[in-house]
Amino acid sequence: MKDNKPSLAARREFLSKLGAAAACTGAVVGAGALGAVQNVAAKSELGAGSSSFPTPDYDWTKHRWGYGVDATKCIGCLRCVEACKRENDVPGTAHHFRTWVERYVYLEGEDKPRIDSQHDPVNIEASGSEREYRFANRYKGAKVDKAFFVPKLCNHCTHPACVQVCPTGATYRSKDGVVLIDHKYCIGCQYCVQACPYGARFFNHEKQVSDKCTWCYHRITKGLQPACVEVCPVGARVFGDLEDKQSVISLFIRNNRVRVLKPETGNAPNVYYVGLDKDVI
Amino acid sequence: MEPLFDTATYIGSVYPNETVIPWSVMIVIYPYITGLVAGAFTVSSMYHVFGMERFKPVAQFALLTALCFMIFVPVPLLLHLGHPERALNAVLTPHWTSAMAAFGYFAGFYIILLILEIWFMFRPHFVRQAQQRPGLAGAPWRVLSLGSYDLSEKAMRYDHKWMFALAVTGIPGAHGLHGYVGFIFGSLKSREWWSSDLMPVVFLFSAVISGVALLIVLYVLSCRLRRVAVDLACLKGLAYVLWGFMMFTLVLEGLEFSNIVYKGREGIEMIMQYVMGPLVVPFFIVQLSIGAVTPIVLVSYMIWRGTTGKALIAGVTVSAALVLLSVLMMRWNVVIGGQEISKTGQGLVHYHMLLFSREGLLASIAVVAAPLILLAGLVRLLPPWADKATPASHAAAQP
Repeated sequence: MKDNKPSLAARREFLSKLGAAAACTGAVVGAGALGAVQNVAAKSELGAGSSSFPTPDYDWTKHRWGYGVDATKCIGCLRCVEACKRENDVPGTAHHFRTWVERYVYLEGEDKPRIDSQHDPVNIEASGSEREYRFANRYKGAKVDKAFFVPKLCNHCTHPACVQVCPTGATYRSKDGVVLIDHKYCIGCQYCVQACPYGARFFNHEKQVSDKCTWCYHRITKGLQPACVEVCPVGARVFGDLEDKQSVISLFIRNNRVRVLKPETGNAPNVYYVGLDKDVI
Repeated sequence: MEPLFDTATYIGSVYPNETVIPWSVMIVIYPYITGLVAGAFTVSSMYHVFGMERFKPVAQFALLTALCFMIFVPVPLLLHLGHPERALNAVLTPHWTSAMAAFGYFAGFYIILLILEIWFMFRPHFVRQAQQRPGLAGAPWRVLSLGSYDLSEKAMRYDHKWMFALAVTGIPGAHGLHGYVGFIFGSLKSREWWSSDLMPVVFLFSAVISGVALLIVLYVLSCRLRRVAVDLACLKGLAYVLWGFMMFTLVLEGLEFSNIVYKGREGIEMIMQYVMGPLVVPFFIVQLSIGAVTPIVLVSYMIWRGTTGKALIAGVTVSAALVLLSVLMMRWNVVIGGQEISKTGQGLVHYHMLLFSREGLLASIAVVAAPLILLAGLVRLLPPWADKATPASHAAAQP
């Protein structure tokens, strides 16, 4: 404890300084809070401007990628799922997928569809492996009213909830509209896995980080198509540049009545669907 | 050896990636111990800030309890992270839109505040120990005293001012920290079970009751171990606090649940199937009947009958132990429950807790037990008891 008693004048001076400091702090905090409120509202653009881009000569400000799915064309062959796993080194299990296909079957007399995907134990048993996929003929003998397949993948949302919640910024939306993850920076908290309403993210147990579809970023930045689009034998999956009005995706959106999944989340997804039914979730 | 990851069985239709539950029992333990911290701090503040004399016997002990648990708050998170060695990334490059980004700062600030408050509180103890123990035995105490041996009345007044200020700051600190944990869940729009404005408030109130309950159990236990009489006025006061906050918690939880059911948005059929099926035992029986209604009835009865003496001690302690169980189950039912309801709204996933894994049952028990072991050691170094004339005992801080 100090014994010297500050004089009244010194005390006054100190208090006035304190007041000024408090005012300054208040102003800074206030301005900061305003900025924070703007940023925290999920709608802000979160880009990663970096000079160390892996693909030379690729300008990510010149593209805006988009993806289309024509569910009426999909035959459920699951080549896309297998191609994706191989192309992107996705763990060969029935629990980790960057893309998957759902099968909706309405049996006669039932008002709700039976929904399964390639990961279903019955389908895995039919394929005999967790690395190769096929839909089991499980409704043999039953009377089917209506049935269709719906390919799913990351929606690369304009306002991605996964990016919003990432505590480190390891996941981000690039300028060309692709949501990516820096696997060397991700801490593996899985907050993003929780936040994605589409179940598109998973935890990669081999790398101990979050993982998901990148639209094959390593391919599209070289002018190639994503692996799933490349292998689709019926053209159910289309991909292209939304900036180019004559691209496949631009025409797909222009020439069809398209919709997106779960628009009510406010995520503004960028995978456009044709041929969905009311029960598709 | 257990597998690299545990898969969940499911019924109905779920997204393929949902067959591995992202947040394990560690994320149940994390809000549980954060809540205990907030609750213990509340009790300490009732005495140190609001001058409620009847809580004096546990006021300092409450603060030590809060510190011991707070030190272990990051542990379940680190055990959960895929890359715990990168944990500091969230502090070094916080991504401010994330509700999780400020956690490191909040927690750090609060731990420093707790340490400071405890330091001021036990400064006379440090000084006396430093003066009484010459040589090497006194060295740690001399370091802790930070070279100031001034215990004059003026110095004490100065200390009290600081303690008061810290205790006041600590109230929004502790409750902010825990409300924030609730916000992490409540703000997630992807899960109907979590997405609720009431979630942070429910977390906060249940935190307070868990902290009060923990103090009751530990205080009664410590009195037995130290062979001193339990201060009945204090215990009764804690029981009143427990009762009152439990009422709030129950009403809030009821409101939240009613909201989900009444709004009946998409997926409600699956939620109801979950509530009427897998949730019956953990929620209706354990959390609600055994953990909440039983202690409320018991404490109400004791208040009504004016129970005192050993019966009061036994009744309140049992009630408190049940409340501790109830709040743990509440965390479980929120964290695990939310993930067991598929995002498709058309299926249910079943979480299997592993036994030996890094995120298994044994590790969780260790994380909850560790603060208690630390506390058992700390109370020997810093005796917080007001019932014996310990050197550390301060009077209530006078503003």
